Amino acid sequence: MSEPAADIPVAPGPLDAHPGVKVLRERFGDAGLDPRDTIVRGRAIGMPTVTLARDVLEEAMGLLKSDPRAAFDQLTELTCVDYLKFPQVQPGRFGVTYGLLSTTLNHRLWAKVFVNESDLSVPSVTSLWKGANWLEREVFDLFGVVFEGHPDLRRILTPAGFKDFPLRKDFPLTGKGWRESFRPVTRDEA
Amino acid sequence: MAFDIASLGENVLTTSLKRVVNWCRKYSLWPMPFATACCGIELMATAAARYDMARFGAEVLRFSPRQSDLMIVAGRVSIKMMPVLQRIYLQMTEPKWVISMGACASTGGVFDNYAVCQGIDQFMPVDVYVPGCPPRPETLLDGIMAIQQVVERDGLPPRGRGPLGLHIPAPGGGRDQLVQLRVDAQKRIDAQP
Ligand code: SF4
Repeated sequence: MSEPAADIPVAPGPLDAHPGVKVLRERFGDAGLDPRDTIVRGRAIGMPTVTLARDVLEEAMGLLKSDPRAAFDQLTELTCVDYLKFPQVQPGRFGVTYGLLSTTLNHRLWAKVFVNESDLSVPSVTSLWKGANWLEREVFDLFGVVFEGHPDLRRILTPAGFKDFPLRKDFPLTGKGWRESFRPVTRDEA
Repeated sequence: MAFDIASLGENVLTTSLKRVVNWCRKYSLWPMPFATACCGIELMATAAARYDMARFGAEVLRFSPRQSDLMIVAGRVSIKMMPVLQRIYLQMTEPKWVISMGACASTGGVFDNYAVCQGIDQFMPVDVYVPGCPPRPETLLDGIMAIQQVVERDGLPPRGRGPLGLHIPAPGGGRDQLVQLRVDAQKRIDAQP
């Protein structure tokens, strides 16, 4: 990663000063927020990751987008991590991860919400950022996380009729026989 | 006036009709590019000016299976794509040929995962396997010439296919014949001074 150009203001210093963290703390207090900075080549770059509870996700995301100090007008990424057998114990098995960018204030924030297999539903953010539509479909397709309130939650990458969630850590790498299961076409029927 | 045959001199060539027809067909392959990955780039290079597939009469790539008779599968075929590939194969005009280009189409290559078919020959007939990752344009041209040699010899794709997707060469055709053709060609090359 190259050094930021001098004339672009970058969120400096400790995480407390980060507008996204500030806005969230003001509203929800510090409980469970657990902001951690991103380290690039041994240097903290002022781009924190915060953990959000599922119940407050909708409100928190709305706040991050609408509060003029945060103004996260772009959802740059929405993905998921399966922490099955991860060495450090995490609050839940699946970490649905949101990457936010403020194009006007030039700062970024990562937000994570943890869910477990017992209840895989997460509120959809499609009403805030339209771009979340396909990203949420992808996470649903590959991890099985269900986004409540999504307008059209269908599989997006795997073939129609596919039953599994292949990016889960307990899915066998070579699959469960789908790739071997086609009916061969012969020369005679062609 | 009686026709003077002697006046024709050496301008007459006698042959069988079948040979002439096969000779024509050999230089009139219409490829259908099924390019799904990086091999497709090499396929494009083969068709472009530098390597110039037109020298072998196969320069008209058709994107409609109804207008083509040589399927070139260039790249990975995913589980989502396999039914499409089979369908396109079925729609092509007879007699038709299939080249499996590159490691991925032939074996799945390094992509040994749930989403990639481990060799298209498990599920459809393949006439020529072109090795490489990606094959050089010369190698692909070699594959096309191999098809040409079969067209010239027996004209029609060999019938039948065996278990495990292994291609069973029909008598007088198929892979064994291709291998023999290649061996013969190499011998001729080696014999040159
Ligand atoms: S064989 Fe190599 S070049 Fe061809 S599609 Fe596979 S990875 Fe790409």
